[in-house]
Amino acid sequence: MMEWMEKQMPKLVLAPSFAASLIFVYGFIGWTAWVSLTKSKLLPRYDIVGPIQYQRLFDSPRWDVALSNLFVFGFLFIVISMLLGLVLAILLDQKIRTEGVIRTIYLYPMALSLIVTGTAWKWILNPGLGFEAMVQSWGWDSFTFGWLVDPDMAIYTVVIAGVWQASGFVMALFLAGLRSVDQEIIKAAQVDGIPTWRIYSSIILPSMAAVFLSAFIVLAHLAIKSFDLVIALTGGGPGYATDLPATYMYTMAFARGDIGQAASSAMVMMMVVFAIVVPYLYSELRARND
Amino acid sequence: MKFKTLFAASVAFAVAGTTLAHAEPQAEVLHWWTSGGEARSVAVLQKEFASRGGKWTDMPVAGGGGDAAMTALRARVLAGNAPTAVQLKGPAIQEWYEEGVLANISSVAKAQGWADVLPASIAGHMKCEGKWCAAPVNVHRVDWIWANAAVLAKNGISMPTSWDEFNAAAAKLQAAGITPLAHGGQAWQDATVFEAVALGIGGPEFFQKAFVELDQATLKSNTMVKVFDQMRIMRGFVDNNFSGRDWNLATAMVMNGEAAFQIMGDWAKGEFLAAGKRPGIDFLCASTPGDGFLYNVDSFAMFAVDGSDKTDGQLLLAELIVGKNFQKVFNMNKGSIPARVDVALDDFDPCAHTSAQDMATSNAGGSLLPSYAHGMALRGAQAGAITDVVTAHFNSDMSSADAVEMLATAVTNSM
Repeated sequence: MMEWMEKQMPKLVLAPSFAASLIFVYGFIGWTAWVSLTKSKLLPRYDIVGPIQYQRLFDSPRWDVALSNLFVFGFLFIVISMLLGLVLAILLDQKIRTEGVIRTIYLYPMALSLIVTGTAWKWILNPGLGFEAMVQSWGWDSFTFGWLVDPDMAIYTVVIAGVWQASGFVMALFLAGLRSVDQEIIKAAQVDGIPTWRIYSSIILPSMAAVFLSAFIVLAHLAIKSFDLVIALTGGGPGYATDLPATYMYTMAFARGDIGQAASSAMVMMMVVFAIVVPYLYSELRARND
Repeated sequence: MKFKTLFAASVAFAVAGTTLAHAEPQAEVLHWWTSGGEARSVAVLQKEFASRGGKWTDMPVAGGGGDAAMTALRARVLAGNAPTAVQLKGPAIQEWYEEGVLANISSVAKAQGWADVLPASIAGHMKCEGKWCAAPVNVHRVDWIWANAAVLAKNGISMPTSWDEFNAAAAKLQAAGITPLAHGGQAWQDATVFEAVALGIGGPEFFQKAFVELDQATLKSNTMVKVFDQMRIMRGFVDNNFSGRDWNLATAMVMNGEAAFQIMGDWAKGEFLAAGKRPGIDFLCASTPGDGFLYNVDSFAMFAVDGSDKTDGQLLLAELIVGKNFQKVFNMNKGSIPARVDVALDDFDPCAHTSAQDMATSNAGGSLLPSYAHGMALRGAQAGAITDVVTAHFNSDMSSADAVEMLATAVTNSM
């Protein structure tokens, strides 16, 4: 009996969380997929009518804006955060004296909620209140920085705030990666008289591929599910110029009583996530099988 | 021993509790009137309900202009446990009716003679297939234009009676260094200005066809192009910093003379009054240029509930909501006017008098119309689709012709 218990214990312990994720993750993905094929309005309905919600979705100019914003925001947010995080990490890696303090300062934005970040940046970027008004009060009257209120530029303010929030975290990831590289190899390279930039570009960075991948995955899912930052910073405006798929879905589901539309947009969001995560999982699993 | 007493006591208590509960009418009320004046007004209703022997269960859900409350409502209805009464308005009442969850309160409506005291078009919103299913609380007028009296006097401007006059006045103010139009760049505020302009330029019939019947030909008409042209002109009268500004901050701009006009429903009056400004002296109120009256009526929809205590509570609540006393007290607090026309308005301010008179004449002339921007004319999806176009046009350099084309497609797509 004891022996059986011992053997089955891991399974028994894991069973509740397995069942929970089966129902609450995959079960509800299935439910959303079902509802996205119906004419659900205020309350969900269950008679399938085909892909009309997807047709409506891709006919909607607002969804076009939301989706292209996702790509603009996602691309810039990931690339800039990674570059900035990497540069900060390399600079911090130079065995400087106050590393602990500086690391904390850069990592601190991560401790703030995105709502706080968004609200603070809303005030900083507000032309009549923040940065523009400050520079003008210094005497440079012709200075303008109205990205927040310019429909064509507003999405870039979301990038600024997002990068500010996330790059410290990426720095911490990279710093850990840099520290995990075998010091013996680096010392050997130094003995051979190889310049520092070459040590980084040819030895350290290539051996950090796994860290790059983790940073990318973390940032990519942050970008796709971004919601609170936009709500706090621009409220989706001006107009709907900074709408993202997540805010679009929220509006449809909770403000407009259009659950079918919300479900179809959620499905498209999930497909975007899959497009990023599946190749990653595939490569991970294949590597393990080899 | 101790346990036994405790047990006996709790059983006794529970029994007493249930008998009590059966004896008195009950109502669970879901609403989002949580801010100062509104909360006080609900408390009045609560007190009246209690004095008639009822037991009120308050369920305030604040946030998101009612979005949070709607989410709570959806969860409750799906769980088969709907609240007695829910703050709902306009076509949303019919939408819930179609889900088959509303109650029939015709008995109290007949006993209280609602049909005689409510304007017909407003009563229409309260009926589901001819049976009463909701009780109206107030009438907000949406097509108001508010102005700073001192600023107008200083620049020799009177309240505009046509949009051309408004444009001329605004140009003059702009030259004098005053922001002509205080406006907040939020989609619903853009829509509020848009519908006032549409009513003014197109007239009541155009408004009815375009925003109630969603007639494609009207949506694509030349008149609609003109409406968007005027919106483009209005964009020039707004300061550069308007994006995302809340409506009450825009009202404050008018109050302190930074801006001259604001187009906003009569909840703006509450801001003026709260700041100690006097109507007609410090600030002016007038209907936006053109004929007609756009109403935004708050109401309580009655949901189907089980048990005689609950249905009794529901009927009592409906009676009190439309009762003269609550209609008066609530609307004095909220800045709106009573939905029933037989309440004496002696204690109300001059703006409310104007509103009540205009409602009566519009009702007689057939130009008493539901506000689309505030969810009275259309369902969420259609109203939202129109607002998307309005706000996209207002916040970019889109041409009026493109906007009209986009409007027609968006409306079709939202069906």
